[in-house]
Amino acid sequence: MISKQKILVAMSGGVDSSVAASVLIDQGYEVIGVTMKLWGGTSDTGCCSVSDVIDARRVADQLGIEHHVFNFGDEFDAHVVDPYVAAHKIGETPNPCIECNRHVKFDKLFRRATALGFELIATGHHAQIFSQSEGLRLGRSVDLKKDQSYVLHMLNEEQISRLRLPIGDLTKDQVREIASSLSLQTAGKPDSQDVCFISRTKGGRQRFLEQRMEMTPGAVVDTQGNRIAKVPAVQMVTIGQRKGLGVSGEGEPQYAVDVNVESATVTAGSKTDLFYTETPIRDIQWTGEPVTDVLDIQTSAHGHTAEAKVKDKIYWENPHIKIASGQAAVFYLQDKVVGSGIVTRS
Amino acid sequence: MDNAASSPIRDEVVDAIIPVLKENFANPSGSHSMARKALRLIDDARDELSDVLGCKSQDIIFTSGGTESDNLAIFGVHSAIGGSIICSATEHHAVLEPTKLVGGKVVNVLEDGILDLNHLADAIDENTTLVSVGLVNGETGVIQDLAAISTVVKEKSPAALIHTDAVQAIPWMDMNEITESADLISVAAHKFGGPKGVGALIVKDQTKVSSLQLGGGQEKGLRSGTHNTAGIVGMAVAARVTADSREKNNVKITALRDSLANCLLDIENTYETGVQTNEDGSVDRGNKVPGSCHLCFSDIESEALLFLLEQSGIYASAASSCSSGAQEPSHVLAAMGFSRELARGSLRLSLGYASTQNDIDKVLEILPESIERLRKLGS
Repeated sequence: MISKQKILVAMSGGVDSSVAASVLIDQGYEVIGVTMKLWGGTSDTGCCSVSDVIDARRVADQLGIEHHVFNFGDEFDAHVVDPYVAAHKIGETPNPCIECNRHVKFDKLFRRATALGFELIATGHHAQIFSQSEGLRLGRSVDLKKDQSYVLHMLNEEQISRLRLPIGDLTKDQVREIASSLSLQTAGKPDSQDVCFISRTKGGRQRFLEQRMEMTPGAVVDTQGNRIAKVPAVQMVTIGQRKGLGVSGEGEPQYAVDVNVESATVTAGSKTDLFYTETPIRDIQWTGEPVTDVLDIQTSAHGHTAEAKVKDKIYWENPHIKIASGQAAVFYLQDKVVGSGIVTRS
Repeated sequence: MDNAASSPIRDEVVDAIIPVLKENFANPSGSHSMARKALRLIDDARDELSDVLGCKSQDIIFTSGGTESDNLAIFGVHSAIGGSIICSATEHHAVLEPTKLVGGKVVNVLEDGILDLNHLADAIDENTTLVSVGLVNGETGVIQDLAAISTVVKEKSPAALIHTDAVQAIPWMDMNEITESADLISVAAHKFGGPKGVGALIVKDQTKVSSLQLGGGQEKGLRSGTHNTAGIVGMAVAARVTADSREKNNVKITALRDSLANCLLDIENTYETGVQTNEDGSVDRGNKVPGSCHLCFSDIESEALLFLLEQSGIYASAASSCSSGAQEPSHVLAAMGFSRELARGSLRLSLGYASTQNDIDKVLEILPESIERLRKLGS
C-alpha cells in the first residue's frame, strides 16, 4: 500500500481553512490540523482567541483529523506586535498580517513542520500557485474580491513549492457552500477583518498604541508651512485623513498629505496635494528577473491596483494618491506576483 | 507518561461507582430511606477518607476537585478573617491567581524548587492570616517541608493558618505524617485513581472559612450543592487502595523513574529539575515524589517534542496547558531561575501506579532520537 502524503494545514478556526482541510482530505492527503496560538491579550476579531481554537478543533473532529495547538506567542510578539508598535513610533503604518505571514506562518511554522517530518503545508488563503516556465509563482485567487496574494507576496519559490492553497480556485461563496454541505460549524462564521490583536470594542488601535508608546503632540501646518492647528498625537494621523485635523470649516476640504513624527508636524493640503506621479520605495524584491514593463501595483490588502513602472521608485502611469509609509507595494503582472517594495517617506 | 495530569481510574473504583450510579441515585439531602442510604454512603466515604488522610471525619468538606478546594481555602479564609495571604511562586494557578486577586504576597523558591524560608520569614507579618504552599509541585514533583514551613509561620505569626494543595502528594506520601502541619488541605480524586469532578478540602477544627456558594447548606454550609455520591464513594475507594499499595508501589515506581531519568541524563545538555548531585556524581532524587521525571533539554521546544512523542504513542506534557491546549511558558521553572529558552524545552514524564517497564523502554527508544532530530532540524 502506498502511504498517503502528509500535510500540515494551518487552521485558524475560520471557514476558509476549515474547507481547505476538507479539500485536502478529498485530494488524498493525510491531513493534520494545527492552530497557532499567537496572541494572549484581548481581541475581538481574527485568528487568535481561544474560541477560534475550539472552532478549529471541532472542525477537525468533524473531518476526522488530528488537531494540535502550537503556541507561537513569543514569535508573534517579537516579529509582529513589537514591530507594529515600533513602526507607529516613527510614523509608519505597517501591515501586521504580512509580518505574521513572513515570520510566523511561513517561517516558524515551516521550520516546525520540517522538524516534525512534514514537507507540505497548507493554508486557507485565497490565492493560487502557478507553475510557469520560469518557476512557481504566486497569483491571485479566482475570487478577486477575496484575493489575499497581497499578504503572501513575500513567499519565495522554495516556500511556494512546499505550500498548498486548496481554496485558491474557489470563490468565497463556493467555500461557504462546501462548508454548509459538510455541516461544518464554521460555515456561517463572518470573515475576519482588521488587526487580530487589537480589540475594536476596547478602544481600537489608538488605545492599543497609547498603552505601548508615548504619543507626540504636534502642529498641523499648511503646504506653505504655516501653523494652522494642533493634533494630540502625530503618530495616529494617517495620510489622506480628513477628520480630526482641526482644520475643517469653510473652503476646500483639507487632508493630511504628510506626517512627520520627527518634526512633530502634520501637513494639511487639498485633495490635489495628495496625488503624486512617483512613490519612493525601499527593499525592492523581484521574484525572478526585474520587470521593466508596466505593472499593476497594489498598495493595501483590499485595495485596487494602478499601473506603474518600477525602477528605483514607483513611477505611476497616472497620478496616484499618496501612500502611507510602511505599506507594502506588491507588483503584479497578469495577476501573478512578480515583486514588492516598502513605501517610504522619501 | 502523564499521570500527574490524571491517573487511570482504578478498577476497584469503577466497580464501586457503577452500583452507586444505578441504585443510589437519590439526593442524599432528602429525608426518605433512599436518600438516607445515599447519605450513609457519603458518611462512610468520609470516614474512610479521613482515616487515609489522618484527619477527623468532620474536617472533610467534599468539593468538585483541587481547583475548587484551593479557591475555597484562599477566598474562604480571606473572606472570613481578612488579613494578608502568602503563597509560593511555584503554586498551581488555582492558588496563585486567588492569592494575587486578594492582594497577597508571593514568596520565592530556591533553585531546587524548595521554598526560600528566609524570604518567607521576611514576608510574614502580624497581618498574615494564611500561608499556602503546595506539598508536591505538579510540574517538578518537588516536595516541600511543610513542618519546617509551619515552624517559620508559627514563629512569626502564631495565628496564621497554613494551607497546602496536596493533590500531587496523595499517590506517594502518607498524609498521616503531614496533616498535622496544615490547617487546610486540598485533594483531588483523579490524581490517585479516582474519578474526575470530585475532591475535598480538609478544614481543621476552629479554622474560620466562609463559603463561596450559598444554597442548601451541605458540607457544614461550606459547600452548598447536591453531593456527587458516586464520585465521593469512588474517591474514598481510590484513597484506600492507594494507601494500602503505596509502600510497594513507591519502591517499584522509584526504580522505574530512576532508570528512566538516569538514561535520559546521558543526552547532552539535559537538566533534571529538583535534584541534588551526590559527591560520587550520582543524582539524589530524594526530594521528589517517585513518579516525577522532569527534565529540560536545551535547544528544544517542548511542543515539537510532545508532537513527535505522541506520534509514537507516548503521551506526556510540558508545563501547564492553557484552556486552548497550547503550551504556556512555565511559571514554576521561571521561579526556579531557569531561562525562558531552557524552560521552553521542558518535559514532564510522570509515572503512576499503572506504569510499567515497557513504558520506560518505549520512552527510551523514542525520546533520545526525537531530541536528536529536533536539535538537528530545529523546531
